[in-house]
Amino acid sequence: MIPELGQVALILALLVAILQFALPLWGAQRGNAALMAVARPAAYAQLSLVLLAFVLLSVAFARQDFSVLYVANNSNSLLPMHYRITAVWGAHEGSLLLWALVLSLWTGAVARFSRSLPPEVISRVLAVLGLVAIGFISFMLFTSNPFERLLPAAVEGRDLNPLLQDPGFIIHPPMIYMGYVGFSVAFAFAIASMLDGRMDRAWVRWSRPWTNVAWAFQTLGIVLGSWWAYYELGWGGWWFWDPVENGSFMPWLVGTALLHSQAVTEKRGSFRNWTLLLAIAAFSLSLLGTFIVRSGVLTSVHSFAADPARGVFILVFLAIIVGGSLLLYALRTPPANDGKPFAPLSRETLLMINNLLFSAAAAMVLIGTLAPLLFEALNLGRISVGPPFFGLQFGILMAPVVLLMPFGPFTRWQREYANRYLPLLRFALTAAVLALVLAWLLGDAFTLKSYAGVGLSIWIIAGTLRYAWQRLKSTASLNGETAGMLLAHLGLGVFVAGVLLVESLGVERDVALAPGASSEINGYRFEFQGVERVQGPNYRADRGDLRVFDGDREIARLHPEKRAYASGGQIMTEAAIDPALHRDLYVALGERLDARGDGATVETNSWSLRVYVKPFVRLIWLGGLLMMVGGFVAAADRRFRRPRAERPEEPAEAA
Amino acid sequence: MLRRVLPLIVFIALGVLMLVGIRISADRNPDALPTPLLNQPAPGFSLPELHQPERTVSSEELAGTPYLLNVWGSWCPSCRIEHPVVTRLAQSGKLRVIGYNYKDERDDALRWLGQFGDPYEMIVVDEDGRTAIDWGIYGAPETFLVDADGIIRFKLVGPLSDDIIEKDILPRLGMPQGKEATP
Repeated sequence: MIPELGQVALILALLVAILQFALPLWGAQRGNAALMAVARPAAYAQLSLVLLAFVLLSVAFARQDFSVLYVANNSNSLLPMHYRITAVWGAHEGSLLLWALVLSLWTGAVARFSRSLPPEVISRVLAVLGLVAIGFISFMLFTSNPFERLLPAAVEGRDLNPLLQDPGFIIHPPMIYMGYVGFSVAFAFAIASMLDGRMDRAWVRWSRPWTNVAWAFQTLGIVLGSWWAYYELGWGGWWFWDPVENGSFMPWLVGTALLHSQAVTEKRGSFRNWTLLLAIAAFSLSLLGTFIVRSGVLTSVHSFAADPARGVFILVFLAIIVGGSLLLYALRTPPANDGKPFAPLSRETLLMINNLLFSAAAAMVLIGTLAPLLFEALNLGRISVGPPFFGLQFGILMAPVVLLMPFGPFTRWQREYANRYLPLLRFALTAAVLALVLAWLLGDAFTLKSYAGVGLSIWIIAGTLRYAWQRLKSTASLNGETAGMLLAHLGLGVFVAGVLLVESLGVERDVALAPGASSEINGYRFEFQGVERVQGPNYRADRGDLRVFDGDREIARLHPEKRAYASGGQIMTEAAIDPALHRDLYVALGERLDARGDGATVETNSWSLRVYVKPFVRLIWLGGLLMMVGGFVAAADRRFRRPRAERPEEPAEAA
Repeated sequence: MLRRVLPLIVFIALGVLMLVGIRISADRNPDALPTPLLNQPAPGFSLPELHQPERTVSSEELAGTPYLLNVWGSWCPSCRIEHPVVTRLAQSGKLRVIGYNYKDERDDALRWLGQFGDPYEMIVVDEDGRTAIDWGIYGAPETFLVDADGIIRFKLVGPLSDDIIEKDILPRLGMPQGKEATP
């Protein structure tokens, strides 16, 4: 009975979404207040219905209802309760439901927190979000129904993919979806403004906090995903340039460009069309990311089952949403930008460079991701585009970003004079040089890359702090927007140090050890104690035991595991990590070694182990988290809220 | 005008590429992609063995019983996905599974096996990919089923799955469909 209720809830949600799309849009075109007034209640109704469906699917998982096909495929009677709940988004159908839920949450939030907006604007925005909801809910109902029955019911479920039985996975997908879907709000505002034909600065101001929040969630989601891949895949890497990772990274890059471009458009009126285009592109790339994961067009470690019917559906949906909005863009944008003029050296110019670099980076990732497909389509054979390509290109594009970033905040709108940078240069360059000297004195085995990491990172951090100090000296306080910007910039500084240091100083070693034997790696002595069999709730594991010494002092005890899950016989590596800010010690358990003779193999007591020492790898995620905090702090700027908070009944001032 | 229409044009080009991608991914269905070698004798080869590089394995040596030739490389992410499936099949003892290490470095290959396990009866090494041309191998993972008479009975491009083994591989062997692999 419960699955049927969920099914009905989804069907009703689809009908409500159709109303939410059609009536307010029509009302806004005709100036009919009654039709426009449908938007808000429809948004709330849709949220309730999708939430109900989601809760019902969770109940089916909690109660182990193996008569639901999706539950039977992704759960198991041995699966612990918390993973039963997260199994809801462990595969294709349920993650779509999560997508739809997150969309309706954003829609509900827009409906709730935008009372002060003119009714035509808000009804158009909610209508556009309704159209997106129609696409996703009907995709679910027609091609990927999570409530499909399995009759007769299975006796036992297949179990959740063991890779996904992990705390990191509990929160990674919801966060990344908050980001993906959050860009739909900026998109909806952009479409609404084009439909409206006014395209003034007001829409940008309204959508800015939403963009910031979406970007912050997207940042968090990517950080969590990277962290999860790091410890769960057992390869010690934190980023793989895998198509699905790229799928989440492209909207982030464009979103970063959008944040900066929105600032220009809101404050100076320039880059209007460009901001519109970026808002469309950020969300389009989110949809493309979904397409890449769902359609099986590109193979990846993340891919769910390939199904051409689903691919075609998403493609048609993309054509309507993206094609439609780009058509609207072609027809409705004014021919020329009419912002205030600016000199070659001005904040506008620097932000334009930022925009070009981030957009180019996104385009590069897009091309690299799709190149294998293009080659195959043109019958040129199969190629694979690997990390070296992405790493090099991305480095080239981001180097100017890093070098120019500290100048940004110092630079005034409209016109700036080069000699005003002197205090910044004096302070930040001195700090960077001092840091390099320190690194030279203290650093061990530093390469050019490590020095670059230290120098660039301190250049950004010192330059950013110098600006904060100057601002505090003159105004004694920072507004949310500035504080958020500074935090995010500091985050990039920390991130740059982490990336370059771990890439240049990280050590990876494969060793074979018998119990009692030890191996010295980067000054740490790893002493292997042996392996024991342990029994988990739904797996059996070989559990290694290592003591790690720094000199004579034992600093860590590591227990890497190799798990065999009861349901599928799949073997999973659980790496053991001793984390610290300045280095991670990381051990993955390999195979028991065989002594191979002629045809006969004898098992020995030795095991192969893969040991990594990863200096400063935590800075990568710490930097990402700082960027995220920056995004939220900027979104909380009182300036974005003031017209609502103080005069809730009046329309917002038009910037 | 062009500047405003350009994004739309770029998107349409992308859309066409996606559509082709969907067509191709539909064609990846193994039955729809017959190799010219299907039902033909498997090309002969003589390749070194991975664990004992001094030893050479020839196709004649493998004749007599059916075997599955699984093309993999440590550089290939999808091989990691299919590896548990290959392992399970090898352990079930239903079929001999021969590894074909394709365009790989020996050290990387050994390390990869250390990490993920080595289910193969033996592994032949084709470092420069020359033998692969005879077999029509153009990537990894690929899998060939060769019967006792040395005839290629099935070819798969892309990762193996339990389903494919049950539906496409074991039946061609004239073996009953196993129950334990499908829960």
